[in-house]
Amino acid sequence: MSAILPPSNRLWWKQPIDKVEWAWIAIAFVWGMVMFAMMVYWHVYGNQNLSNEAYKTTPELFAAKAEKFIAENTIRTETEQAIPVVKVPAGGDGYLIARLWAWYPILELEKGQTYKIHLSSMDYNHGFSLQPVNINIQVIPGYEHVVRMTPTKEGTYAIVCNEYCGIGHHSMLGRIYVK
Amino acid sequence: MASTYRTCPVSGLQFENHAEKLMRWNAVAGVLWLLVGGITALLVILTRWPAIKLLPADQFYLILTAHGIDMLILWILFFEMAVLYFASSTLLRCRLAAPRIAWLGFWLMAIGGIVTNIAIFQGESSVMFTSYVPMQAAPHFYLGIILVAVGALLGVAVFFGTLVVAKRDRTYQGSLPLVTFGALTAAIIATFTILAGAGILLPTFLWSVGLIKEIDAQLYRMVWWGLGHSSQQINVAAHVSVWYLTAAVIFGAKPLSEKVSRFAFLLYILFLQLASAHHLLSDPGMSAEWKVLNTSYFMYFAVMASMIHGFTVPGAIEAAQRRKGYTNGLFEWLRKAPWGNPVFSGMFISLVSFGFLGGISGVVLGTEQINMLMHNTFYVPGHFHTTVVTGTTLAFMAITYLLVPVLFQRQMILPKLCQIQPYLFGISMSVLGLVMMGAGTLGVSRRHWDMAFSGAPFQYEWPGAAYLMMGFTGIFGVLAVIGGGLWILLVVGSLLFGKKLDGGKVSTRPTPIPDQSQAASAVAHGSEHVGVPGTVVLALLLFVCFVLYYFVNWKYLSEVWLLS
Repeated sequence: MSAILPPSNRLWWKQPIDKVEWAWIAIAFVWGMVMFAMMVYWHVYGNQNLSNEAYKTTPELFAAKAEKFIAENTIRTETEQAIPVVKVPAGGDGYLIARLWAWYPILELEKGQTYKIHLSSMDYNHGFSLQPVNINIQVIPGYEHVVRMTPTKEGTYAIVCNEYCGIGHHSMLGRIYVK
Repeated sequence: MASTYRTCPVSGLQFENHAEKLMRWNAVAGVLWLLVGGITALLVILTRWPAIKLLPADQFYLILTAHGIDMLILWILFFEMAVLYFASSTLLRCRLAAPRIAWLGFWLMAIGGIVTNIAIFQGESSVMFTSYVPMQAAPHFYLGIILVAVGALLGVAVFFGTLVVAKRDRTYQGSLPLVTFGALTAAIIATFTILAGAGILLPTFLWSVGLIKEIDAQLYRMVWWGLGHSSQQINVAAHVSVWYLTAAVIFGAKPLSEKVSRFAFLLYILFLQLASAHHLLSDPGMSAEWKVLNTSYFMYFAVMASMIHGFTVPGAIEAAQRRKGYTNGLFEWLRKAPWGNPVFSGMFISLVSFGFLGGISGVVLGTEQINMLMHNTFYVPGHFHTTVVTGTTLAFMAITYLLVPVLFQRQMILPKLCQIQPYLFGISMSVLGLVMMGAGTLGVSRRHWDMAFSGAPFQYEWPGAAYLMMGFTGIFGVLAVIGGGLWILLVVGSLLFGKKLDGGKVSTRPTPIPDQSQAASAVAHGSEHVGVPGTVVLALLLFVCFVLYYFVNWKYLSEVWLLS
């Protein structure tokens, strides 16, 4: 009779399905296929795909590589804390450390160049949130994520941490310059 | 104590005494947790409202952790236990299997909830609902959640046992009612969800007391979301069951097709577990192939299931209304629906908000590449406040207007306010979800105390529109809290001061459900097929919104930096 009683037709699985219901099921199915195809399509023809390149690492290993990169490519320091501004070689590798509670160092990029930016965390989970572009990537301790990025516009960009990482979370703000 | 059976004179529902007491205690415990969750909600909202910014940072993160745990786990799980006992013992008119085990489960959940809350309010466990390692909470934070999970598992076992009892005692003929079938779906999903939870929380507990040295942060995220997301699928299965229940009670609505509705529930069991993958779309540790395969839930079969329910629930209502003669135009059936009855209005707002806001935003958020635009932004809580709050919580609130008279035998007090409450809560919460998604689209972070980044070495100024959205978040958040608080007042007030109603006859034996297959099939032939054109129009409207919004986001994505 109703949804709170056993089906009135004991052989309910033999009841034919109405045309309208079939049509809706078909629409839902086809739409699911379209959405599935869109993701694959974008991997082939789209220009915004998250990199598949990632390695297991440790905070010590990653920090050593980043320090070497910073020592070789620093062009100046900024703020009272003398945070190094590091010019990433065009088409080359840049390292960005996420730690409590800073993004280190400041990176300087050029518009239209493609960079391999290595991301990892020294401690907790952090969230790389590039603003105002609004690209968001999870940064996890023990994993080195190599993301290829091509800036499309000049300007000063902020990196907000958008994964909760403790009491100083809101002060974890980094910077990227695009010349 | 031997079982006795009370037949409610209003609804004809039959309550077994053990099940009845358990349902009451679980529902009341749920409401008390909702009260704690609601107070914390107000504090969270008043802190994120940039013009007010009530709490200091440490208290904000503490309160936000409590809000997540008390709402997502405790309020909903306790209420779901009541739903499970109702869908088994009451709808099948049989005794509850092993009430002592059910009570053990209840007390484990209650004690676990209190222990975890003690840990949170002691201040050393502000790790958020997700408690991602290596950030560490006090050991009793994890221990409490484990106790809650064990208790819930016992409740689920009692539900399964009760289905066996009903079958053995032959209290019904043929197949399970659809609502019970939906609850069975929820219980099956709950079983493997809780096992995934045990798989991660036990090691995390051992790690917090120093017995395990390290837990891989990526592995934690993957297994934890087997608990975290799947538990939301329990809610979906439960609230869809409640929608069918409401349609049946208010309209005598019959599913358009038993086969289609049951098949859709089956799809939930088969494919929803994979949904945990869409929390990991912006993570380093999984390949794109893995992400695409899992987020498309093997070609979106679970999304298809929700789209089917979104069609068959209003379709069943439309068919029932048309049979009663409301056949003019496309929407007379809807216009003449009992909009003044909070059981119906709450259920219908829940259905619309879950479909149009929660459903669409969830699928878009769960698209591999588009996820990068929204991951961990305020969009995410915006999305789940339109699934788990306007979807699940509002559906549970609505059905409570029915449960207070039939289960607690009390008349609801202040009927005018009862009429307003679902609109106040449902609409303000829906708008809240929308403006939260708006702020997230502009990049605003979730779980973030200060949009001004005080103490940071640099400055970043959010767009003015982001502040506007956060202001709206404050206003509609406060309205939603008032709507939720009103519900708690009405329910608790009715339980304490509502007019006592006649409980009906008590018998020592259950009255089985009469076998209707003979009589009903004759009727069914007479009233044959009823078209549902109004529902078709609503469904197509949903589909058009879905497609447009989906492709608008691909457009946004195509405009950001190039990534490969």
